[in-house]
Amino acid sequence: MDEGRARRRGVSPRLWLAGGWLLLALLAAIFAPLVAPQDPLAQDLMLERLPPFWISGAEPGYWLGTDSLGRDLLSRLIFGGRIAFIVAFAAAIAACLVGSMLGLVAGYFGGWADLVISRIVDVWMAFPPVLFAILLVAVLGTGLSSVILAIAIIDWTRFCRVIRAETMGQSRMDYVENARIAGHGRIGIMLREVLPNVVPSIVALLSLEMGIAVIVEAILSFVNLSISTDDPTWGGIIAEGRLSIHQAWWVLVFPLITLILTVLSFSQFGEALKTRFDPVLR
Amino acid sequence: MLLQRFLIRLLTMLITLFGVAVVVFIVIRVAPGDPIAMMVPPGATDADIARLRALYGLDKTIVQQFFIWLSGVVRGDFGTSISLRQDVLGLVFNRLPATLELAIVALLMAVALGGTTAILGARERGTAVEAGIDIASGAALSIPDFLWGLVLILLFGVLVPIFDISGRVSPQLDLPFVTQFYLFESILRLRFDLTWDLLKHMLMPAVALALPLAAIISQLLKQSLKEVLDLDYVVLARVKGFSETQVILREALKNAALPTLTLVGVQFTFLIGGTVIVERLFSYEGLGNMAIDAVINRDLPLIQGIVLVFALLFVLINLAVDMMYALLNPRLRHG
Repeated sequence: MDEGRARRRGVSPRLWLAGGWLLLALLAAIFAPLVAPQDPLAQDLMLERLPPFWISGAEPGYWLGTDSLGRDLLSRLIFGGRIAFIVAFAAAIAACLVGSMLGLVAGYFGGWADLVISRIVDVWMAFPPVLFAILLVAVLGTGLSSVILAIAIIDWTRFCRVIRAETMGQSRMDYVENARIAGHGRIGIMLREVLPNVVPSIVALLSLEMGIAVIVEAILSFVNLSISTDDPTWGGIIAEGRLSIHQAWWVLVFPLITLILTVLSFSQFGEALKTRFDPVLR
Repeated sequence: MLLQRFLIRLLTMLITLFGVAVVVFIVIRVAPGDPIAMMVPPGATDADIARLRALYGLDKTIVQQFFIWLSGVVRGDFGTSISLRQDVLGLVFNRLPATLELAIVALLMAVALGGTTAILGARERGTAVEAGIDIASGAALSIPDFLWGLVLILLFGVLVPIFDISGRVSPQLDLPFVTQFYLFESILRLRFDLTWDLLKHMLMPAVALALPLAAIISQLLKQSLKEVLDLDYVVLARVKGFSETQVILREALKNAALPTLTLVGVQFTFLIGGTVIVERLFSYEGLGNMAIDAVINRDLPLIQGIVLVFALLFVLINLAVDMMYALLNPRLRHG
């Protein structure tokens, strides 16, 4: 037990590293106009494909170099973070609310509710998610709210499946039976007794889902279906980088590193939060 | 028992497919933008447009359109692609083999890589080797196939350009194939020069798809192996003088593989779902790449057909895994 607790506490550096990167990226995105060294949209053909600062030929003020239109890469990454974080938070929270609620209902009430919800989840799972996302955005029209809506519509099943299974497990526990004997209503028990016990899983999934939402947004930008083409997005920069990969590798490398760090951080952050919030481990 | 289980699964499978058909139909029909308007040349009269609408059945109510389409689908008639003006089923079957080959190669790679690291990790449990495998599989799992694809493009397309990062086969090659299963057919025809060229194109997208799955297999199988390795019969084998590797391969693996198998089934469908964007990334001419074009071109019949074929593939894989599990699990077999 003590050993286990010590090991849980050893998780902390992971939490700090992941949280640190996310905080840094988030603050940079929020204060983008103050932090970004250049205008992310300013094109200058005299400055096209400048390399990053440590390579000869770099210009001061353009730390990570420029793309094929002479736009500053670092500034575009910082501004691109705005859309990434808005999508991450909004889409993940929406998916979480819908999915967790349906999962709770299916797991706690069982019977017809479970049957119907589980069949819907089956149908959803039979769609290739990326294709579903592309299709939805094509139908809803490109734009920030379409992207958020599409991700929420697709990924609620992730929450629903996990929360349903956990709720089923919790519902069989003694404390639920005790609450029932004590005369509490079913919905009251579900929300007051069962829900707090599945919160650690919800929190972990929520963080994981934020990472996934960032990726889906990047994929949609990559196939040119996300937000308007004017605003820089991480996926959009990657799409440009993929095209000019032999002339300017940095246009692909830096957004890729940014995305990988962000996704890793979200998943690690979620894991660490889960062990922290878990009432049994705590 | 087994037959009953099979029939129940078959029924739910049909319900799922019907659900997919309904959902994709609704999603597509609420789409703003008129596909007919995109087809007709400028200057077409209203009568021409009306005739085209009637030709594609777009003048009827949505419910009517759905059942007309569904009755066609049941007979194998998926309609005609609006952008390519060809039979949808023919187009889909033309591209499906490329995607299947990619997915199967990726699956084999994932099983090989995941299995090897799991066995290695279980044998070296508690050492730095196991810790290293844990870190590697953690990273492989957290980074999705899209990003792996980009990393591979950078590493082996630009930095050390040894693999092809675009297309399915070198365009200048003369292809003798009669099927669309180029890779399998090239092996059967003993044309290993073509096999090599196909593999050089397929390797990077396949690795991108395989890495996350390999990580899952590695983690789960290692966990099961470690549990089994403490059981009496395994200890007995060890006492008999088998080496640790022999113990794992001959005694433990058989019993530890079952939970992994179920998971691999579900994860394989995720892998196939991943082909959509990975094919796009590597300009690989498969079904997923065609699907994205179909969405961009608002080619409704083609989108419907592709989505339904993907869904059919997914439910069939789940059914197969479920049946395999029932056959292999002694508790269910004798139940």
